[in-house]
Amino acid sequence: MYNYVEDGDSKTTAYVEHDQEKYDAFMARIEAGEKIEADDWMPADYRQALIKLISMHGISEIMGALPEKEWVPKAPTLRRKLGIMAKVQDEMGHGQLLLRVAEDLMKPFGKTRENLMEDLLNGDLKFHNVFHMPTKTWADAGMVGWLVDGAAIMSQTNMLDASYGPYQRALQRICQEEVFHAQHGESIIMALAEGNEYQRSILQESLNRWWPALLMFFGPASAETTGSSKQDIMIKYKIRKSTNEELRQAFLSKYLPRVFSLGLTIPDETIHYDEKEEKWIYKQPDWAEFKQIIRNKGPKSKERLRLREIAYENNRWVRQALAQEPVNV
Amino acid sequence: MERGEEKMSNIIETPEQAKQDATYYQALRELLLQLADDDLLISFRGSEWLGLAPHIEEDVAYSSITQNTMGHAVMYYNLLEELGEGRADILAHDRQPDERRNGCYLEKRNGEGMYLEEPYYDWALAVVRNYFYETCKKIKLEAIANSSYQPLAHVARKVLMEHPYHLAHWKLWMKQLQSSTDEAKKRMQTRIDEAWVEFADVLELGNLATDMRKHRLVTISEEEIKDKWLDEVKTILVDLPEGPVGKKYGSGRNGEHTDDLKQALDILAEVYNSDKAAAW
Repeated sequence: MYNYVEDGDSKTTAYVEHDQEKYDAFMARIEAGEKIEADDWMPADYRQALIKLISMHGISEIMGALPEKEWVPKAPTLRRKLGIMAKVQDEMGHGQLLLRVAEDLMKPFGKTRENLMEDLLNGDLKFHNVFHMPTKTWADAGMVGWLVDGAAIMSQTNMLDASYGPYQRALQRICQEEVFHAQHGESIIMALAEGNEYQRSILQESLNRWWPALLMFFGPASAETTGSSKQDIMIKYKIRKSTNEELRQAFLSKYLPRVFSLGLTIPDETIHYDEKEEKWIYKQPDWAEFKQIIRNKGPKSKERLRLREIAYENNRWVRQALAQEPVNV
Repeated sequence: MERGEEKMSNIIETPEQAKQDATYYQALRELLLQLADDDLLISFRGSEWLGLAPHIEEDVAYSSITQNTMGHAVMYYNLLEELGEGRADILAHDRQPDERRNGCYLEKRNGEGMYLEEPYYDWALAVVRNYFYETCKKIKLEAIANSSYQPLAHVARKVLMEHPYHLAHWKLWMKQLQSSTDEAKKRMQTRIDEAWVEFADVLELGNLATDMRKHRLVTISEEEIKDKWLDEVKTILVDLPEGPVGKKYGSGRNGEHTDDLKQALDILAEVYNSDKAAAW
C-alpha cells in the first residue's frame, strides 16, 4: 500500500532547465503518452520528484509491513494466518520492487539502497502517515487491508498511466495484488461486522481511530494547508492525474456507502454529501498533526523506526558476511 | 509406489478404514500431530521474523517459506479434523503445551526480546534451525510419500513439490555464512553446537515409532532418519560437533516442552482466546 505524502517543509532543489531542446523533446514524448525509461534523458526536477515519490512509496511498503505484522503471529484462525502472511509478504515484495526502481533513478547521484535505509533511520526519508499509527486490535488488521489498502488502490490507480515506465509497470502489478489485499481486509471486517457484540465494538472503535488518518492519507487539498505541495509538478509531468482532494472524494464515494451498510458510523457528525456541489462535506483532519506525524512524531513513529534500526544493526554482521567473496555453490 | 497384491491390503484410503484398527489409528494420529505441530511452531517463529530479516529480498523469501510451511501445517491439521479429532483451528490454537508434539528445538525463541519490542533476533539461529529442520523434513516426507494412509501420502507428495526450494534456500545461507567472516563463522558454530544438543527429538517419532513403522505409516525407522540426516548435514557443516545429537530439554514427542512453547502459544492464540466461540 502506499501514498505520496506531501511534506510541506521539504527543500526542493532549485532547478534551472538549460537544455531547452531536450526538454521540449521530453515533454513532447510524455504528452504523446510515451513512457520514459531509466536510461532516457529526463529533466532534473522530474528525476528528483520520481526519486522522492518512489523511494517514499517503497519505504512505506516496508514500514507498512510493520503495523500489520504485529497481527501476523496472532491471527485468530489458520485461514487468517495464511491470508495475512501472504498479504504482508506481498507488501514486502512491493517494497523491493519499488526500491529497485528508485535505485536506478538514484544511480547518477551514486546513491544506493543502503543510503535510503540510512535516510529513513535518520529521518530524512519519510514514510506514509498511516504507518505511524498503532494497531491495537485484530480489527485494525482488517481496517488496514480494507480502507488503508482501499485508499492506496485509489491513489495508485491514479498513476497507472504514469509517464515513467519502470514505475508504471511496477504499479500495474502492485495494483493487481492490492485488490486481493482489500478483499482480504474486507473479509476480516465482514466477519467482525457479522460477529458478536465484542467483535462489532472493536470494529467500530478501530474505524473511529483510523478515520483521521484515512482522511490525511491523500494529503492536503492544496499547498496552503501545509506550506507546499508536489501535486502540480506531478500532474505537469504526467506522473499522476487527479488532485489529492479528487482522490479523497472518490474514496469517500466508494467506501462511505459500504461503511454505513455495515451499520458502522463515522466519527464526524457533519459528514454528508452535498448534492448541489456534488461533493462530500467533512470535518478536516488536524493538518498540523499530520505534519507532526510525517516528521516521525506520530504515535508509533519511534517504535517502528526502532524496529528497523534494530534489524539493521542486529544484522550488520550478516551484511558484512555477504559482502565477502561469494562461495561456489 | 509399489502396488503389489501383498501391499494392497496395507493401503488405507479413508478415515473410516483407519479407525478400524485401534493401534493403526493411534499411530496415525500421533504422527499427524507431530508433523502438524512441527510445521506450526517453526512457521510461527518464522512469522515473528517478518520485517526484520537481514535484507528485503530475504524478508520476501523467508516469509514465503514461512507461509508455505503454515500451509503444510494446515494440511496435516485438516487430516486430523477428517479423522474426527476436532476442528483444525482448535487443534492448532487450543491444545495445552503438554498435548503438543513438536520437537522442543522448534519452539525456541528467535533470540532476545519480543517481536514487537527490542527484537534482538539471531539470524544464525534462524539459518541453522531452518536448515536442520528442512533437512529432516525432506527425509520424513520421502518416507511418508509412500505411507499406507493414502490421504497423508498425497499431502506428503504435494509438500515435497515445494520443499526443495526451502531446503536449497537454507543450504545456501549455511554455505555462505560458514565460509565468510570470522564473526559469521563463530556465530554459526555457536548455534550449530547449541542445536546439536537439542535437536534429537525433532528427528524422532516418539513412543509410537514402532507402530508407525509396522503399519507402514512411515517407510523408515527412527534410526534410519537419524543416519540419513547425519549423512546429509555432514556434507554442509564445516566443523561437525562431537558426540551424538542430544535432546537437552526432553522429547517434545512426549509432550515435554520448555517455557518458550507457552510463550509462543500465548501469542499464537491471543486473539483466538479472546473469544473462542466467535467466528473470526
